[in-house]
Amino acid sequence: MEHLINWIALLATVVMLAGAVAVLLLENYLAAVAATTVVSLGAAVIFVVLRAPDVALTEAAVGAGLSGVIMALALRRLGLWHIGTASDAGDDAPDNDTGRTG
Amino acid sequence: MRNALSLLFIAGLAFLLFVITAGLDFGAAPMLVGQGINQASPGQVGAANIVTSVVLGYRALDTLGELAILFAAATAGGLMLGRPRADARHDPEAGFILLAAADLLFPLLLVVGLFIIVHGHLTPGGGFQGGVILAAAFFLPLLARPGTHFNHPGFAVVEGLAGAAFIVIGLLGLARGGEFLMPLLGQGAMGSLLSAGTLPLLYIAVGLKVGTELAGLMAHIAEYEAVDP
Amino acid sequence: MSPPDLGVILFTAAFGLAGIGILGIVISAHLVRIVLSIVLLETGANLLLMLSGFRFDAVAPVIVDGVVPASMVDPVPQALVLTAIVIGVAVQAFMMTLVLRLRRVYGTLDIRELRDLLERDLAREAGVGLPGSENAPVPATGSPAVARGEGSS
Repeated sequence: MEHLINWIALLATVVMLAGAVAVLLLENYLAAVAATTVVSLGAAVIFVVLRAPDVALTEAAVGAGLSGVIMALALRRLGLWHIGTASDAGDDAPDNDTGRTG
Repeated sequence: MRNALSLLFIAGLAFLLFVITAGLDFGAAPMLVGQGINQASPGQVGAANIVTSVVLGYRALDTLGELAILFAAATAGGLMLGRPRADARHDPEAGFILLAAADLLFPLLLVVGLFIIVHGHLTPGGGFQGGVILAAAFFLPLLARPGTHFNHPGFAVVEGLAGAAFIVIGLLGLARGGEFLMPLLGQGAMGSLLSAGTLPLLYIAVGLKVGTELAGLMAHIAEYEAVDP
Repeated sequence: MSPPDLGVILFTAAFGLAGIGILGIVISAHLVRIVLSIVLLETGANLLLMLSGFRFDAVAPVIVDGVVPASMVDPVPQALVLTAIVIGVAVQAFMMTLVLRLRRVYGTLDIRELRDLLERDLAREAGVGLPGSENAPVPATGSPAVARGEGSS
């Protein structure tokens, strides 16, 4: 276990790159925003490996917190807020009582 | 066809960058400026967090530029979205879990955000991290009860005063010592809360500005009328 | 089994992320996916910038209990990346407001349709016809005469 740092960095890299590919391949936009959040959290782990706690804190707070909330809010206002596939979109007017459709 | 060409371009670009950076030695950074800053910072600035002394001491002008960029982006976003109509429909109130959690989390987020801001010169943290948490704290009631009146003018006043406070402290440095944004007020004992001169005050100004700005921008997006499907 | 070299892993991460971001910008047809690809590209670029200041067997640049460590990593790229991350989120928020306005005005978010609609609106505002029609704008140097094969005598 003397190369624990290497294994952690490898795991974070694999998760990050898989999330990045998922952003391009996923059809559901809400899922793509969630994949972007995964990429930010993987980057935060790599920043800790690089001995930068300040930057890791900022990346985690901004990438996972604020950026995800802004994207999700804008998706809701754009009418792209579907949980599920696009085929059962139907009526997504924002006066359901849970805001979900389909 | 276009996709295949794009893939080929990206592969070629990645290969080119790989070849270039294979010549650089990773893990043995020359650190020409960083070494000097690491050695001089405990004596000159007195902050336990050396990154803070770089952000607010040695490169404080860059932080001022960043505040300007944030201000421009938030103002432009607010201008683009405009004001909602008085009779615009909005989302219904959120469920019980979000209501209870928002009421519980709001004071906790405020305390954590202010703690991270104020201790920015001692531990990893600072104005930007704490400001982001404050923005989340200010925005959370709007998520739980959409349609509550978000006090845009009040937040704009706080944001303007915080930005002006940053510049005024810088100008005081210019008046007293001859350099803009020079740290004043003596260094104090390293590791205590009242150390590193005016750096904590600068970070409080930065944190308040970032927090209120991002909260206002998110409130603008939240109040924007939903598109009819 | 020993893991690969730390430098190889981290450089692959940074370049791969930036490459996937650029690929997404070029390939995607929906504006929201282009915005998300720009976010990926920014994250990859910040990661790449952080790699320039790393030193093996060095600690984070924070002084604990008054003991100054012997070897610390470079604080200057950390300060720059801190700034860059917060600027990135402000630019992302502004991009999403632009997307919201485009959706309101044009009703679509597909860049191919948006391109045609924008061109039509710009041509109408300028008072000329679309390219390829009779009212197409003519360049000022009189090059239609050259294109028709007449010499400049």
